[in-house]
Amino acid sequence: MARRPFTRRKKSCPFSGPNAPVIDYKDTKLLSRFLSERGKIVPSRITAVSAKKQRELSRAIKRARTMALLPYVIG
Amino acid sequence: MAFYECVYMARPDVSTTQVEAITEQITNIITERGGSVHSTEYWGLKSLAYRVKKNRKAHYVLMNIDCNNDAKAEMERTMSLNEDVLRMLTLRLEEMPEGQSIQMRAKARGDRPDRGDRGDRGDRGDRGDRGERRERRSEDA
Repeated sequence: MARRPFTRRKKSCPFSGPNAPVIDYKDTKLLSRFLSERGKIVPSRITAVSAKKQRELSRAIKRARTMALLPYVIG
Repeated sequence: MAFYECVYMARPDVSTTQVEAITEQITNIITERGGSVHSTEYWGLKSLAYRVKKNRKAHYVLMNIDCNNDAKAEMERTMSLNEDVLRMLTLRLEEMPEGQSIQMRAKARGDRPDRGDRGDRGDRGDRGDRGERRERRSEDA
């Protein structure tokens, strides 16, 4: 792949700023956006979620998984 | 008195009235010990993301409770003994949520959670000083 320039347009965290959605383990629609096709949690370097929110998100996804609202593995 | 949120799953074979009876039982345990149940939501018979004790569906009930830790412990103990309850999750909350939970609002709107929508995942990000990428082996993420 071509080497990208060092500095590039940074996306901001989708959970910070005004009108940001609250991370709730019951909100499967929001959480499933941050899972890969296999059901794995997507790293924050791809989704541009801040570190603190990524920890909250990860906690919420794991809670949803134990309550069978989200799968551990798809397929 | 602390705020707790309790979600539990009941076996799909039991009827809705029996699920309500379980909720009643929990409410009694809480109120006997001086707590209060702020709201109860019945999410219906939902499909599970994976098989739990060989069941594909379960009744989901959410309760928002204000009680002390004795009541909470007693409630959890009682539910774990009940064979109809498959799983339970009790969380401590900072404040009591107002209104309906997201699941109830989605139910009222008639939406099903959209599992197919991946959303915008953005670019992979630059490699920085990690050097060029090696040739791709098969990945499964």
